[in-house]
Amino acid sequence: MSHLISKAASGLNYKWRRSLSTYLFALPYFLFMVAFGLGPGIYAFLISFADFKSGVPRYFAAGLKNYVTAFSDFRFLDTMTNIAEFLVVSVPLGIALVVLIALLLHMRPGRLSSALRTLYFIPGAVTGPALLLLAIFMFSPAMSPFGFIQRALGYDSFDLLIAPERLPIIFTVIGFFSGAGMWIAIQYGALEGVSTEVLEAAKIDGCNAWQQALYIKFPLIRPYIIYQFILIFAGNIQLFVEPQLMGTTWISANVPQQWAPNQLAYSFAFDLGNFGAAAAMSLLMLAVGLGAAYFVIRWTGFFDIKA
Amino acid sequence: MSETTPLTDATPTALQRLKVFSRRTFGDIGPVGYFLRFAILLLFALYFGLPLLWLLLAPSKDQFEIISLNPLAFGSWTTVIESWKNVNAYVHGEIWLWFGNSVIYVVSSLLIGMAISIPAGYILAVARFPGRIPLLWLTLITMLLPPSAMVLPLFLELNLVHLINTAWAVILPACFFPFGVYLTYVYYSSSLPVDLLDAARVDGCSEWLLFRFIGLPLAKPLLGLLAFISFNANWNNFFGPWVMLNNSKLYNLPVGLQSMIASTSAIRPGFNTTPGLLKFQQADAAMAGLIMIVPVVIVFLISQRYVVGGAFTGSVKG
Repeated sequence: MSHLISKAASGLNYKWRRSLSTYLFALPYFLFMVAFGLGPGIYAFLISFADFKSGVPRYFAAGLKNYVTAFSDFRFLDTMTNIAEFLVVSVPLGIALVVLIALLLHMRPGRLSSALRTLYFIPGAVTGPALLLLAIFMFSPAMSPFGFIQRALGYDSFDLLIAPERLPIIFTVIGFFSGAGMWIAIQYGALEGVSTEVLEAAKIDGCNAWQQALYIKFPLIRPYIIYQFILIFAGNIQLFVEPQLMGTTWISANVPQQWAPNQLAYSFAFDLGNFGAAAAMSLLMLAVGLGAAYFVIRWTGFFDIKA
Repeated sequence: MSETTPLTDATPTALQRLKVFSRRTFGDIGPVGYFLRFAILLLFALYFGLPLLWLLLAPSKDQFEIISLNPLAFGSWTTVIESWKNVNAYVHGEIWLWFGNSVIYVVSSLLIGMAISIPAGYILAVARFPGRIPLLWLTLITMLLPPSAMVLPLFLELNLVHLINTAWAVILPACFFPFGVYLTYVYYSSSLPVDLLDAARVDGCSEWLLFRFIGLPLAKPLLGLLAFISFNANWNNFFGPWVMLNNSKLYNLPVGLQSMIASTSAIRPGFNTTPGLLKFQQADAAMAGLIMIVPVVIVFLISQRYVVGGAFTGSVKG
């Protein structure tokens, strides 16, 4: 009897040891996830109910006041409208053009296609202040290689070109320059995954390259397009760097100090010291991001994990 | 289906020759489509390429030439040397301090990030343990959350533990690399012989030994890809470090570049915060920008081997 118990005990010991080492593999990552992935979200939630009037957070002292402060700020509605306009312009355009370029490149895979993909990708290295620097020069009709187009359209100076009503398209142009290359590479990769047998069968049936692209390739990369939609949507809602740098580096009446919602959050935090209201704004943006994440997980079956 | 010339015709007519030529050159795209495709791709090549070309040429033109000369003209080598000197002179060559910081931050978060991500992705792929599915869910969710939504709460969090304004405020958050874990997971899921692992387990092999002798060696191709993605994301990281760092000696390149440009007259003509500061011109700003961009381009070109077209999708076409 006792040898059965000791056998069972040693079995348990063995399983326990194996489980322990398994968890150890994932533990550091889990800790970092809590600290830097989940933690900020949870902490922001806490902070949004804290009172910062005395400079030090008094948790739960503010109730919903921070939310009211944030959402009733005179700039709130403007920032929301701005970002909505930006999304309406940048998301459909961004996706349509990326998919178009990827399809066109894939029609004739070869050295030219490969070289072009690299060229389209390199601007992704230009970000932050370097990107803004470039943008300011590209949008100055006097200095830009595109100047002749701008002057032909009637914009003779930077100030004329960068008017508030044109900011959504301006930021789209800047963002596409920097971000499209990576997405083109991703969609091209997705196209590479389309079964060659299907394509060949279609070709035999008389399908030309354009029909192939439209009726076979395009539908088959749908999951990736959806994925791109969600990520670009969630990412563009967070627009901060370009309007912030443009607003502060080039002080002009045309770019309001808080154009995008994220800038408003930033202003609450660092101009007013009201981290509670900033957290409320952050949470709003986070909620939209989570909503997008939820959609992607449902729509693309991301959770079909091979067990 | 190719047209066959009737046996009776000895020489093809001009029309037939044209048709053959058309089919060979334009294939199934067709002549109209061929030129349309070419035109569109060329337009985009100009859209992406001209600003880059301008940036490359900008350090060669002084502030008058940059307006008066053709935007794509080359100015003079003297100006290039001048702008190099000016950039170096800014606060006694602070740009190189920033460059060094950037390298330290990027390499540190790369090493730490990979050290925690690869084992995690590996164990998610090969072992069944309670909490595995939730961990995968969480990885995906956090992967899709835009980092800029987290910067402010992250700032407050790090403030609590007094890490603000230290290198750790930049390095540590960057070590959380859910995309890397997911890629590793997908990679191991599709490339590891699970039966082999089970057999070894039955023979009493520990998880750690399995990882060390089977998992790790298999990871080599993955390392290159992860390193490239991590480098790209962290070298250009602006928003986080901008919020976390106050001390200009700790700035990475993007933040330093921003502070340099914002305080000079390169962008705001006539505005000069620091009297006595060398007159910073557009050429100098462009030169500084190039210093920031060139390493990324070099790393990209070097790592082309690992980033083959569809590698980003994490799936291997069988």
